[in-house]
Amino acid sequence: MADIDRDLGAASAQVAARTHADRRGTDTSPPASVEALLREYPDASAEVRHYASSDVTYTAVTVPVDDWVGFAETARDAGFDTFIDMAAVDHYRDAPRFEVALNLLDTAATERIVISTRVPYDDPTVPSLTGVFAGANFYEREAYDLIGVDFPGHPDLTRILLPDDWDGHPLRKDFDVGAVPVEFKAGSKDL
Amino acid sequence: MTDTTNTETLADDADAVEGAITGEPEVSVADERRRIHDVWVSGTEERFPFSAATDEGAQELLPRDREPALAQQEGILVDDDYVVDPEVVEDERQIINMGPQHPSTHGVLRLQMELEGETVRRVKPIIGYLHTGMEKTAETLNYAQGSTNVTRMDYLAPFHNELAFSLATEQLLGLDVPPRADAIRVLMTELNRISSHLLWAATMGMDIGALSMMIYGWREREVCLDFFEKTTGLRMNHNYIRPGGVAADLPDGWEDDVAALLVTVETGIAEYEELLNENPIFLDRTMGVGVILPEECKQFGVTGPIARASGLSWDLRTAMPYCGIDQYEFDVPTGLHGDVHDRYLVRMEEIRQSIRIVRQVVERMPAGDYRSPDPKVTPPPRMRIEESMEALIHHFKLFTEGIVVPAGTAYQSVEGPRGELGCYLVSKGGARPWRMHWRAPSFATVQALPAMMTDSLVADVVAALASADPVLGDVDR
Repeated sequence: MADIDRDLGAASAQVAARTHADRRGTDTSPPASVEALLREYPDASAEVRHYASSDVTYTAVTVPVDDWVGFAETARDAGFDTFIDMAAVDHYRDAPRFEVALNLLDTAATERIVISTRVPYDDPTVPSLTGVFAGANFYEREAYDLIGVDFPGHPDLTRILLPDDWDGHPLRKDFDVGAVPVEFKAGSKDL
Repeated sequence: MTDTTNTETLADDADAVEGAITGEPEVSVADERRRIHDVWVSGTEERFPFSAATDEGAQELLPRDREPALAQQEGILVDDDYVVDPEVVEDERQIINMGPQHPSTHGVLRLQMELEGETVRRVKPIIGYLHTGMEKTAETLNYAQGSTNVTRMDYLAPFHNELAFSLATEQLLGLDVPPRADAIRVLMTELNRISSHLLWAATMGMDIGALSMMIYGWREREVCLDFFEKTTGLRMNHNYIRPGGVAADLPDGWEDDVAALLVTVETGIAEYEELLNENPIFLDRTMGVGVILPEECKQFGVTGPIARASGLSWDLRTAMPYCGIDQYEFDVPTGLHGDVHDRYLVRMEEIRQSIRIVRQVVERMPAGDYRSPDPKVTPPPRMRIEESMEALIHHFKLFTEGIVVPAGTAYQSVEGPRGELGCYLVSKGGARPWRMHWRAPSFATVQALPAMMTDSLVADVVAALASADPVLGDVDR
């Protein structure tokens, strides 16, 4: 019954005030290693983000696609030498349409950096990072397979999760979710 | 970052797709909305030929000179007494497939291997047999339903999946959860780490011929699952950790259950170590086998116990703590040799450290609520709906529309039993994720398998694969 008596609205206002004021307001400048990278690449922009319920931060950097390989290589040499992840996103009604986000760790300095770039629908090509990080191999194949981003320079850019004869790139927003017709279902149009 | 909308290119883009699909100039708002999600005509997106042109595609082992990534993985030192004749010609090599139905592949992994006698010269992992499109499915589910979906990915660490998803959602919401919710999350994920490592010990034993080990490992894991069932109602796929907190409070008498469970597990692993630690067959089959170097771990994104067994002291629980796990005392074990045996030692020690954490959680479990009091995230209690108009509205909005998450991008990772488990979540506002990408630890591990296996014996491939502990539900998603 304790739950019922409590005024939910007032409690939530307190929580919201603590979260946004205390955490989002502080630590908005990127760490020194990322600042050095940004000086070298003036077209890149950075934003510091906070983990949930934690004071831990990471830096999200946006770079033009021309700087993609150069920035990753410089970051690797600056200490961000652990390849963690590469994600591709289809921002359907925004342009440029496709985003590729690389996630690197500096295990010595305990810093994380998420480097992302955007490419247009007409030319969805991002230079391959397999020469910088061997681990980019599978992740670029996955991005090609599911989103349809091309990675020139990749040694074997084939589908990885879907069958080789699959048609289309299913994680694009204009790809139908689809359904398997159920047999013997009452009222099914397929019968 | 995502706000740089170029309307001109946008219009061109929309026209191009629209023209190809409908050919009609006038489209109503409803049709437009429907088209975005429902209409896709095969071939409309394939106007740009990609460089993916081999007849067999991913199923093919390419010629050596065309696979720089694989070439990079060769030359790993493996101490075995098998001497290979350097004069072997290509004709004497054969390509065989291990899996996807091989019992030691833990699901449906397929390894294409080029053999020279008994020695594996090249390995190519082929995956995708368990791909179920969970990332696509997530785009059709709201945030409250999301954890039901993600818990099915790594089915041996469902709590970690739920936690990463919930934390990513909370990061976008800017939401704090109460201390009790954090402590329950730590309790459940650490118990999950124990159960996952126990299952690993069982299957690892089975794969290298220690069949009793399999029975023992499952036996202790069962005790953990009993507690999960008592708390969440299910043995796996719990959907217990949700955005805003956890689904229910711990059951009455949970302290006694956990204490009894930990004693059982401790007794169990003492028994395993008696069984295995000085067993000459076990030592011969694990020491110096399946070596991966720290530099290779960094290159391929291998994290977790495998990287720690190679000597990298990196654990997200201490480096980038989540859910206040840094307030508990524990050590991060590391190995020296990066072989199968060190991975065994590291995992056994990790079970002990998790037990240590769980004991501290039981001791210090804070009182209070187990989910956030924010009415935009947590549904109001049933009785409250009858008293308060506002509670009724919140209830209605939460169960019709769902939790509304502001636009933004979030990456959140937790230390899963297999390494860094991360969720890259993109929201455009609204009640459903725009894109949910998973950084699956097993995916990175499978990619690094050639580095562990090249130039070793076929029998060692099984040991290396077992020690890598890939879960195919996690790899293929």
